[in-house]
Amino acid sequence: MNVLVYAEVRNGKLKSTAAELLTEARRLLGGKTENIHAVLMGDGCAAHAKTLATFGASKVFVVENSATDTYQCEPHIQVISQLIQKNAYQLVIGPASPTGRDFFPRLAARHKSAMLTDVISLAVDGDKITARRPMYAGKCIAEVGSQTALTFVTVRPNVIPSEIFNAAAEASVEKFAANIDAAAMKSKIVEVRKGKSEKPDLTEASLIISGGRAMANADNFKILHDLADVVGATVGASRAAVDSGYAPHEMQVGQTGKTVNPNLYIAFGISGSIQHLAGMRTSKVIVAINTDPDAPIFQKADYGIVADLFQAVPLFKDELKKIVEHS
Amino acid sequence: MKILVLVKHVPDTETKVKLASGGKSLDDSEFKYMVNPYDEFAIEEAVRTQEKHTGESVVVSMGPTRVQEGMRKAMAMGIDRGVWINTEGHSGELDSFCVASALSKVVLEEKPDVVFLGQKAIDDDSAHIGPMLAELCAMPHIQVATKIEWQDGAQSARIEREVEGGMMEIYDVKAPMVLGAHKSLNEPRFPPLPGIMKAKKKPLAEKKLSEVLSDSPLVTVRGFALPSEKAAGKVFKGEPLPDMVKKVVGLLRSEAKVI
Repeated sequence: MNVLVYAEVRNGKLKSTAAELLTEARRLLGGKTENIHAVLMGDGCAAHAKTLATFGASKVFVVENSATDTYQCEPHIQVISQLIQKNAYQLVIGPASPTGRDFFPRLAARHKSAMLTDVISLAVDGDKITARRPMYAGKCIAEVGSQTALTFVTVRPNVIPSEIFNAAAEASVEKFAANIDAAAMKSKIVEVRKGKSEKPDLTEASLIISGGRAMANADNFKILHDLADVVGATVGASRAAVDSGYAPHEMQVGQTGKTVNPNLYIAFGISGSIQHLAGMRTSKVIVAINTDPDAPIFQKADYGIVADLFQAVPLFKDELKKIVEHS
Repeated sequence: MKILVLVKHVPDTETKVKLASGGKSLDDSEFKYMVNPYDEFAIEEAVRTQEKHTGESVVVSMGPTRVQEGMRKAMAMGIDRGVWINTEGHSGELDSFCVASALSKVVLEEKPDVVFLGQKAIDDDSAHIGPMLAELCAMPHIQVATKIEWQDGAQSARIEREVEGGMMEIYDVKAPMVLGAHKSLNEPRFPPLPGIMKAKKKPLAEKKLSEVLSDSPLVTVRGFALPSEKAAGKVFKGEPLPDMVKKVVGLLRSEAKVI
């Protein structure tokens, strides 16, 4: 089986998903790497070829075409389609990031081939690719199977622990001057506006500190941001906090917000509605702080404290600061 | 302007998911359905776009008889008419490619300037229909549109897409186009009473699935499982708070090893 990995680059930085995808591709091929290729697009992407090699990419295509300097759907689809034609891949894997999820389904439709989205594991059954993927924001896991010779997959970030294949590996780089049919481009990027925060997105964060309705107003979220800054965490919010106007939509965790899976999720003043729990239940460790000892969140928490969040937040900040300073 | 909005009926967010027939399917006997929450932003955006640019708006749904409820809700919010792809009695699987392909037949027939839909459906979480439908209709798409400004007499639009960490991409997109509605676009109105009354009389055309289904599934569902439940955790109460916080942070380091 020939596998192509789309290694996402943002602002010249390689996303951590690239190593996760290459690790999963290696596992799927029984540790063999000769049929695993990767493709890099975007301004400054060539610098990452070696990293991809250390995670098992036997060949790295570095795309040289100004239409791919920053992400645009149509050029990305055309480049990958040309690589598929050239190398007869059976499996094309990318991250289930906002960018992967923007163009992979369209790419799959162009090839009239199976699209398995936001999967948490992959397997081969005979000549079919199968995958497990959460549905209903994680209330159940579906096992899905591709019915086509070519399969497109996006993998949920932060689920597969990446492992180095060979730290000394040198990249075999092939420059790829794709032909982009500009007539097919009916949307054009005019500007990329950087976010206020340099922190990872909730969907990719390994540490999340979240606030609920008990935060009481938008200003109080500042104490969560201060706490988050101590450990480099991303701040999230419950639907109740967002609907009350305490936090913007992009911070919402839950079935109608973002599904997250950090190593550590600390919930301050979140009672734990079904739809919130669905969005964060796959967090590896959950800590809950709530004044109500019967709050449903305590049933999902690994550690809980029955207390007022406004008293607990400064204490957490002090304790975490000590750890950061001593490590 | 001609505006199309796609609406899906999904189990509501309070739904508890249970397995049926040994995990081959889901037990939907206690499902209560609602309009997919993101589709409400799509409906509202469709109505506002029509209010501003005049023209016609059409709601399109695919599913069994119950999906008409969602279509009537869209009409009560202001959509003019509906096209329903009736899947009642269909027993085979319909994957997202089949659905996108069937919907594309209606879109190509209606020839809208813009197709709105929710950025994802909260049941399967796939977010496939927007990009797939756009591909099958040769239209550009923005899968998560957070801001829309029409320009050149609605021949094109300047659209913001949320990427991650608050980063935004801004595009100029030519109509006709497919736009996935994000929560930040608007605040959906409650259907007003006169709207509810009017909606009952608005035209709702029916298409048989066989008229628009020409594909077999590219993906099949093999079965379902429930996520494993965690063992009960340690909940501290009644001790001095500084001690409890110290204990939890200590456990995060020594036992859970996450910090």
